[in-house]
Amino acid sequence: MKIGVLIKQVPGAESALPINDNETGIQEDQASFLMNESDSYALEEAQKIIESRGNGEVVAISLGPDRVQKIIREALAKGADRGIHLQTDAKGLADPLTLAKQFAKALESEQFDLIFSGLQSDDSGMGQTGIILGELLNMSTASLVVGTELSENTLKVKRELEAGWSQWVTLTLPASISIQSGLNQPRYPSLKGIMGAKKKELKILSESEFYIDGKKQSIQKVFVPKTNKKTEMIEGEPDTIVARLVDVLKNEVKVL
Amino acid sequence: MDILVVLESKNGSLHRMSREAIVGAQSIAAENGLSISALAIGIDTDQIASSVSGMNLDEVLVANHNLLSTYSADGFAECVKQVIEKENPSLVFVGHTYQTRDYFPKVSARIDKPFIPDVVSLMKEGDFFVFTKTVYNGKLGSKVVSNDSECTLISFQAAAFSEENIESGSASTRSFDIELESSQVRTSSEAPIQEEVSGIDLSSADLIVSVGRGIEKENNLQIVKDLASAINGELASSRPVVDAGWLPSSHQVGSSGQSVSPNLYIALGISGAIQHVVGMKGSKNIIAINKDADAPIFEIADYGVVGNILEIVPKLTEAING
Ligand SMILES: Cc1cc2nc3c(=O)[nH]c(=O)nc-3n(C[C@H](O)[C@H](O)[C@H](O)COP(=O)(O)OP(=O)(O)OC[C@H]3O[C@@H](n4cnc5c(N)ncnc54)[C@H](O)[C@@H]3O)c2cc1C
Ligand SMILES: Nc1ncnc2c1ncn2[C@@H]1O[C@H](COP(=O)(O)O)[C@@H](O)[C@H]1O
Repeated sequence: MKIGVLIKQVPGAESALPINDNETGIQEDQASFLMNESDSYALEEAQKIIESRGNGEVVAISLGPDRVQKIIREALAKGADRGIHLQTDAKGLADPLTLAKQFAKALESEQFDLIFSGLQSDDSGMGQTGIILGELLNMSTASLVVGTELSENTLKVKRELEAGWSQWVTLTLPASISIQSGLNQPRYPSLKGIMGAKKKELKILSESEFYIDGKKQSIQKVFVPKTNKKTEMIEGEPDTIVARLVDVLKNEVKVL
Repeated sequence: MDILVVLESKNGSLHRMSREAIVGAQSIAAENGLSISALAIGIDTDQIASSVSGMNLDEVLVANHNLLSTYSADGFAECVKQVIEKENPSLVFVGHTYQTRDYFPKVSARIDKPFIPDVVSLMKEGDFFVFTKTVYNGKLGSKVVSNDSECTLISFQAAAFSEENIESGSASTRSFDIELESSQVRTSSEAPIQEEVSGIDLSSADLIVSVGRGIEKENNLQIVKDLASAINGELASSRPVVDAGWLPSSHQVGSSGQSVSPNLYIALGISGAIQHVVGMKGSKNIIAINKDADAPIFEIADYGVVGNILEIVPKLTEAING
């Protein structure tokens, strides 16, 4: 059993997001990057499956500039068996169709039984890459996965539906699924894991090995959203703020 | 055919977001001289087709097939692909629902056309449509264009268009034959289940104190519980707090949790991601406390405090308890 996990490095929730001069994206050198949230759940789920079977491998895959090796190493430190870095300096938010074609070109020869990806990336928020990749590699697919049960020739997944509903779906193998947060508790790397990660294989593919020309959609402009709502911003020392909040609760919202 | 709106059935009736997608289509059709067709697939097609027959549409296509009588990503993707290839719409509109999240990327892959998801508005600039969507978890917006002149797939975020603006008219119905074999459908699904909704019903709560990831650790939750009891409110949370196992899922507000509309919603350390906001934006009064002045939650708050909840919340509780 061979599971490929797509992990993307994205600006963390606390990162600054200053817009670049030509307004097509952010100034990356001022952002602080982390592993995409749902991807860390995908990685954990893949590791749990391989661990409970007692054999197989988890391959952590990321596309981007050299900085993404940091999250590949992090995945290796958490116990992934090897890593693949699709190295490119292409800037900005990717077009998911072209991106998935690049993954397909680079990964086809791996013949993964399963590909796990995050439900959506916290930067581009396309929610497509893993599903399109599955389609291109002739795999069955499911999104919004919140539970997995693997048997010999099938994968049963629990899919999240709207408003607290869900549904079990059985997929033929090979399959590519995108993982929703909350289905497990992602582990932290151990010290031993961090030491061991240095010895694990990290294969670097240069862009010429997976490049696909063209872009099916492009971002013209990135901007700070404007708000129409009149929000009263309460400012001052904590005591002043608290006094005004109590006043609001008593006299405006009238709940005290 | 210029615009194809793919409809979705929810418990036998038309999904609200399908109606919104129709409004989106109508908003550009007249001005640009475009025709609109709607497509009902497999499930409850009679009800769905009749629920749109009184709307201003050129035509309703109905695709029935025994393999489409329950939802499958493979079946539905193949169906939409065949309709697009035969009818050549230049724009295909859907709601950004959990179902289209699952199968629209497959349509995109199968026809090799771009899918721009979760769009909040669209505008014609010269000969092109420009689509606005949020990026960076709602912190920034982006204007996106399709580079494909033949066909582009678009899904709209909830409430991108108001269903009240739907134009009435009359639409004829045509059935569309789909060629599908069982080997093309690689999945089988069980009946949907609802997670046990033990615990609290937030939907009727009048006062809600809601906590997000900004609380940092489980131990800190007590300060929020104290505030909730000081004002006699219910405790709620965003998804990460439930994911971390700090509160049971019955407390979660948002698209995959409960929808609430209290008199007062206090959002503590919640960024205001769209999937949270859809569950609480109907609140009459919203107070948000967040240390990040740019957090999107302030866009919908009536009162905002840029500050540290760990500091302000205990002080507020103390002041209320007097
Ligand atoms: C299909 C789908 C369904 C989803 N369903 C839901 C759902 O039902 N409900 C839901 O909530 N989410 C849902 N999500 C997740 C959603 O996209 C967001 O990730 C989530 O709402 C973020 O929660 P948060 O605001 O608590 O955390 P974050 O986005 O991490 O925000 C934490 C906030 O706390 C602030 N903060 C940090 N420390 C402090 C401090 N000391 N004092 C004050 N402020 C502080 C930060 O500035 C930040 O704004 C869903 C996502 C998807 C894709
Ligand atoms: N550059 C990338 N490197 C690795 N994985 C990626 C990359 N882009 C997208 N993915 C994967 O695809 C998922 C969905 O991304 P998106 O379609 O952009 O929302 C992410 O959660 C990742 O698992």
